[in-house]
Amino acid sequence: MTEANSDIAEYSLRLGDDALILAQRLCEWCADAPLLEEDIAIANVGLDYIGRARMFLQYAGELTGSSEDELAYLRDSAEFRNLLMVELPRGDFAFSMVRQYLLDEYESLFFAGLKQSKDANLAGIAEKTLKEVHYHLRRSREWMRRLALGTEESHRRSQDAIDELWGYVAEFFESDEVEERLVGLGIAVERRDLEQAWRASVGELAAKTGLMVPDDDLRQTGGRSGVHTEHLGHLLAEMQFVQRSYPGLKW
Amino acid sequence: MKDGTRLYEVFVRGRRGLDHIHVGSLHAHDPEQALEYARETYIRRAEGASIWVVESRHIHASQESDVESFYDPMDDKPYRHAANYDLPAGVDNM
Repeated sequence: MTEANSDIAEYSLRLGDDALILAQRLCEWCADAPLLEEDIAIANVGLDYIGRARMFLQYAGELTGSSEDELAYLRDSAEFRNLLMVELPRGDFAFSMVRQYLLDEYESLFFAGLKQSKDANLAGIAEKTLKEVHYHLRRSREWMRRLALGTEESHRRSQDAIDELWGYVAEFFESDEVEERLVGLGIAVERRDLEQAWRASVGELAAKTGLMVPDDDLRQTGGRSGVHTEHLGHLLAEMQFVQRSYPGLKW
Repeated sequence: MKDGTRLYEVFVRGRRGLDHIHVGSLHAHDPEQALEYARETYIRRAEGASIWVVESRHIHASQESDVESFYDPMDDKPYRHAANYDLPAGVDNM
C-alpha cells in the first residue's frame, strides 16, 4: 500500500471512530430520554452517526483489507482513533446536548471542508453527512437555547457541562503528520483553520444564552493516537460483547 | 403538562398540490421542537414535503352533542353531492 493510501485509511478510520463511539453514547439515551419524543429524536441522530461510521469504516477497510464489522467489534481501546470528547460518559441530558452542540458546530465546518476533498470517496461521504449535520446543529442549538434559558437548574447543568467539556475542545483543532501529509495532497481538512470560526459561533450562542465560555487552560488530547480515557474500555466492553462472545455471529 | 411540554397536532403534506393531512400528535416544549419531533416521528421515510404543527388546545372540535344540529339536516339533500359528475382521466385528488 502506498503511503498516501495508508494515510487515507487511517484518516477514514479516525472519522469512522468519531461517529461510531458517539453513536453508542447517543443510543444509550434510547428509552431513557426526558420524554418519549426525545427518545426517538436522539436515537435517530445516533442512527445517522452509525450510518456515517459504516461509510468511513467500509472505506478504511477497503484500503486495509478488513471488514467494517472487524474494525468496529474486534479492535481494542488503544486501536481506536476517535476524539476523546465523544467517548465521555453521557452524563446528564445537558451534558449530552452540550457535547452534541460543540461537536455539531465543529462538524458543520469540518464536513464543509471535507466536501472539497480531492479524494472522491471522502468528498462523497462528506456531502451526504453535511446534510445530516445541518439538521443536528439546528436541533442542538435549539436545545442549548432551551436549556440555558430554561430554569435555574437547566442553566447550571448546561454551564457545568460546558466547563467539563471545554478541556476536550483543543483536540478538534489538533493535527499530526498523517493529516499534514493529506492536507498537502488536498485530501484532508486543515483543522487548525476551523478554530476561529468555531469559537465565533460558540461564543455568539454563549453570549445569547448567558453561558460563560471557560478558560483554555486544560488541553486533553490523545484520542487520535490511541491514548484514551478510562471510559472507552467500558463502552467497548458493552458494544463488542456479542461479537467477542460469539465470533462471527450474524443477524 | 407537568414536564413543561404541550400537546401538538401534526399535519403533513405528502407532496406539492396535496392538502396537509392530520397524522398524529406529540408532546414538545415549543413549536420549533414540535416541528423537529414531527420530522423524527412522522416523516423519517420521506413521507412529507411540508409539516404543520398546531397546539392541540387551539383546535376547536365539534362535539357528539352537535351531531343532530350539524349533520342530520344534510341527510335528505343528495343534490349537494357531485356524485353524478364523471371525473376526467388523470384527476386523482378531488
